[in-house]
Amino acid sequence: MKSRAAATPFGLWMGIFTVVPMAIVLWFAFTDANGTFTLANIARIWQYAGTYVDSIWMGAVATLICLVLAYPVALSISRKAEHMQRTMVMIVMLPMWMNFLLRTYAWMTLLEDQGLLNQFLRWIGLPAMHLINTDAAVVLGMVYNFLPFMILPLYSVMAKLDNRIIEAAQDLGSNGFQVFRRVILPLSAPGIVSGVTMVFVPAVSTFVISKLLGGSKYMMIGDVIESMFVGDGCDYNVGAALSLVLMVLMLVCMSLMRKVDNGEDELGGMMA
Amino acid sequence: MKTLSRIYNGLIFTFLYAPIVVLIVYSFNDSRNRVKWGGFTLDWYKELFQNELIIESLVLTLQIAVLASVIATVIGTMAALGMYSMNGRLRNVFMGVNNIPMVNPEIVTGISMMLMFVAIGSVIPALKPGFLALLLAHVTFCIPYVVLQVMPKLRQMNKHQYEAALDLGCRPVPAFFKVVLPEIMPGVITGALMAFTMSLDDFVISYFNGGSTAQNLSVTIYSMTKKPITPEINALSTLMFGTVLLLLIVVNIRQVHDLNKQKERSKAR
Repeated sequence: MKSRAAATPFGLWMGIFTVVPMAIVLWFAFTDANGTFTLANIARIWQYAGTYVDSIWMGAVATLICLVLAYPVALSISRKAEHMQRTMVMIVMLPMWMNFLLRTYAWMTLLEDQGLLNQFLRWIGLPAMHLINTDAAVVLGMVYNFLPFMILPLYSVMAKLDNRIIEAAQDLGSNGFQVFRRVILPLSAPGIVSGVTMVFVPAVSTFVISKLLGGSKYMMIGDVIESMFVGDGCDYNVGAALSLVLMVLMLVCMSLMRKVDNGEDELGGMMA
Repeated sequence: MKTLSRIYNGLIFTFLYAPIVVLIVYSFNDSRNRVKWGGFTLDWYKELFQNELIIESLVLTLQIAVLASVIATVIGTMAALGMYSMNGRLRNVFMGVNNIPMVNPEIVTGISMMLMFVAIGSVIPALKPGFLALLLAHVTFCIPYVVLQVMPKLRQMNKHQYEAALDLGCRPVPAFFKVVLPEIMPGVITGALMAFTMSLDDFVISYFNGGSTAQNLSVTIYSMTKKPITPEINALSTLMFGTVLLLLIVVNIRQVHDLNKQKERSKAR
């Protein structure tokens, strides 16, 4: 088929609406309010270094918890009969269809000091805990919102995993742990990489979850960026610089992830 | 081991659904208090339908989702077609551009387009953050999903079919509609559906590009969560969850139905 021209509208559209805006972010990041070149915005970012570290830390913790929680679920779904798999995938996907803000709002109700969770704790005779407006609440919100994004890519890789390979490993004398460590885990690595990517980037850059469950103080880098573009005291230039750095950081994290994945592939190749 | 995994799955599914159940139960709560139970009521549903802000933003959300997914599906399908016939290097460039909105943090995509619309808006007021800007932004983040769904279907397709159609005297454009499109249709439909749901559910990009004139449902909900007590949100959640559940059940039944039909047909042969 010779139909390269069909991609022209796409090229134009994406050029205008993604490449040009990125260039504008660059421009804003390196100019001041009058449009003259400056490095002052980038220099001001050091002020927020701690916030970047905190955001990446919280995103990483949430991603790790998601991975640990999701892996057994995905594995057990992938080993079920086909119609059962379909139903269970539906059950996992259904909450994703519910508006993201509503899901987070639900946790506000649960985590309040007088909320249901604390009522429950008191009912079973335990002391109430202060949950809302803590780092833990924000991480919980991230795990809750992004867990399906971890389960689904893991499942889709595991579903293709041939049962005969597992049986072969068992026949050759591997115990349960060895089968997992030497067969299932390496073969599910692509699912881990895409799951981690799908959870980590939105978790680190969120500003909604931290706003709703973390209180009004600026905790995450997303909150700082949002404050630079909305409301009083906004500063597009600093905001653009902050966004630029966030984007670069995420790209670096992702390419590191890919490297790890490729490295494992090579290792797997050597072992074979 | 089996019971253990069953208990574990049960716990995870409880974790996923407990908050939703709480929202649904409290949507019938006859008390302004978010926590205390004051008896059964449907008042919040009444208030919901009288809340003009919510109804207006619901209409806007649907308009944007329909328009954005249709435009994105056309552009995305054409793009997949074009990229399919490109050589490696050019295709990589296009795929790279396609990946920008997918790998970029949403907030960065949102503010980058907002900066552009603010800049253009000072010259062309219609393009200030508002309805049109919102639509353009939604089309932009929807296109990649369509491309990624259509591309694999093109690769799976037997390209000799298309060549055969040309050899038999069909012109390229009718040949596309008669031969290629039916083959890639499942990908096109999945892509369109994904685009539609992404648009429906979007908050971050809409928050920055809708301005004060075009608030979609997510943005309205966000502003409602800032007020202390708004039980209408619970009612809204229940209705949205019910709609999605119903849709999924219908789709699922249809799929199973189709599968059974196919099986019967292959048996009859």
